[in-house]
Amino acid sequence: MNKLFTIFMAACASLLPGLAAAQEATGLDERINQIFADYTGWYVSFIFAPLPGTNFSWIALWLVVGALVFTVYFGAIQLKGFWHSIQLVRGDYSDPNDAGEVSHFQALATALSGTVGLGNIAGVAVAVSIGGPGATFWMVVAGLFGMATKFTECTLGVKYRNEYPDGHVSGGPMYYITKGFSERGLPLGGFMAVLFSIFTILGALGGGNMFQANQAHAQLAGVLGDYPGWITGVVLAGVTFAVIAGGLKSIARVTEKIVPFMGIFYVLVSILILLINWDMIGWAFGQIFMGAFTGLGVVGGFTGALIQGFRRAAFSNEAGIGSAAIAHSAVRTKEPVTEGYVALLEPFIDTVVICTMTALVIVISGVLNQDPATGLYIWNEEAGRIATEGDVSGVALTSAAYARAFSWFPILLMVAVVLFAFSTMISWSYYGLKAWTYLFGEGAMKELVFKIIFCLFIVIGAAASLGPVIDFSDAMLFSMAIVNIIALYFLMPIVKRELNSYVARLRSGEIVKHK
Amino acid sequence: MSKATIVVGLDGSEAGARALAFAQSQAKQIGDCSVTVCYVIEWSPFTFQTKEENEQRHKRREEELQRAHEVVLDPAVSDVQAQGIEVEGIVRHGDAADILEEVAKKRGAHQIVVGRVGERGLKRLFGGVTGRLVAGSSVPVTIIP
Repeated sequence: MNKLFTIFMAACASLLPGLAAAQEATGLDERINQIFADYTGWYVSFIFAPLPGTNFSWIALWLVVGALVFTVYFGAIQLKGFWHSIQLVRGDYSDPNDAGEVSHFQALATALSGTVGLGNIAGVAVAVSIGGPGATFWMVVAGLFGMATKFTECTLGVKYRNEYPDGHVSGGPMYYITKGFSERGLPLGGFMAVLFSIFTILGALGGGNMFQANQAHAQLAGVLGDYPGWITGVVLAGVTFAVIAGGLKSIARVTEKIVPFMGIFYVLVSILILLINWDMIGWAFGQIFMGAFTGLGVVGGFTGALIQGFRRAAFSNEAGIGSAAIAHSAVRTKEPVTEGYVALLEPFIDTVVICTMTALVIVISGVLNQDPATGLYIWNEEAGRIATEGDVSGVALTSAAYARAFSWFPILLMVAVVLFAFSTMISWSYYGLKAWTYLFGEGAMKELVFKIIFCLFIVIGAAASLGPVIDFSDAMLFSMAIVNIIALYFLMPIVKRELNSYVARLRSGEIVKHK
Repeated sequence: MSKATIVVGLDGSEAGARALAFAQSQAKQIGDCSVTVCYVIEWSPFTFQTKEENEQRHKRREEELQRAHEVVLDPAVSDVQAQGIEVEGIVRHGDAADILEEVAKKRGAHQIVVGRVGERGLKRLFGGVTGRLVAGSSVPVTIIP
């Protein structure tokens, strides 16, 4: 551990002068940006390209259409199977002889800790400020359909994972793509799995790492006053390295235990604010429904609201990206479908419940400027969004909305944002590592190389404002979804077979309740 | 009436050993009586775990079961066997109070014997394993101080 830490600190030290110089002179900063923009800009533009004649990016449509297809194909599994999902999480169907293995609840909680985070706090604020309250409606719609996508990918994740002789498991899209494609006699499985793994590694370093570090620093600097980003970066990287490479499992455990409570507390505070303003809830829902179909003064009107809602839902619940399939594959169940059932609760909790809470509080708080005469929202042309109280967006807007009810909330939100960012980084270091070992094989030394690279990127992410680099990594995250959803289309008949067999045995009484 | 059974809860402590000794003497006095030795590894399906913990869980579980057998259960079982008493050994993951009760019910046991563990602080306030066992058990419980 000590040796590892020395290696890591040495690597950090060698990076620091460069970063410090970059911050002072901004020369290096700009050069990196320029290089990235030159070489990757075309790819980023391609991924986020709008559909001809609209400002609706095709990638958001790709995710929503996928979710719609899975919903229809599995006969609205998210509705029909909702109660069964809850029974599974409660452990009603858990065989007592399997006690001590990873439970459905634990798998769900672990996967959720990777998705509940900045998307629920900052993402919603962005959606509502650009798309108006109506964006909330479309976000919920996208979340509800996304449940079917999660069902599909997580069932496959468990079905095709690798189990090693020592008992540990590795799973995820790269495993179901190779095994599933060869089982169905389809070509290109190996190629797609490698492609997915490369996208996952880059997405892990970007959206799952640099973006998180960057936002965590922004929030800290916002509350505590401005200070150099590399300080946040080195501290975060040190702690992360201690957790993922140094075996400081206690920090990881503490985080995994605090984060769910932060999430629950966030929801409770939201409910409390809604209760205090209970007379406005009806009005807020009215704004959401009206805005969903008219836009209520938002530029782009109805489509503006729709686009923002769909985009933010995808960012927040990661349905279709393939990451959740990696997290869920650790469950040792005889029925892969049960894990699919459990996973479909994720977008529900993440998007339908938590995101809606945030949106309602923002709408009710009145931080969005509204013209009292017409009831339309006032558009801030320059910022490209609704004019807001204090002229803020993102986390700061959520913070301002909650501060209207509780003045201490920004401090709590700061702690929550840093913790959420940290737990998302730990989650993505795991996803990235799984893709890395898929490409290069398992082994302590190989894994350490990835972990060191991962932590160095935390420092870079927190220290620099590398816009194009972060754009590129976001594009990678969505590239994962392109490969993953294509694979899901080809493999969904396998899931259907599993589902039919499971439901039949459930009806016949072959699968019994243990509680 | 069918053969009598006594369920003994072990925890690897002194108190557990005293409980086992008491159960043996009881079984001898009864005569036609078997002893079920039960060791529970404290575990809950409703905890929050890291991804690595989940990935390694199956391996850890096997290790925990093996250790429980080696260190606590197997010595206890052979100890009872040496006395010429019929014995069965069980290791399970879960809540000790729930599992002891469940095992006793399933075996139609006529009593459960556990050692008293000195519990302090919060655990005493909320009632430790023995407290909850006494509160919820469907058969007589003997607590050995």
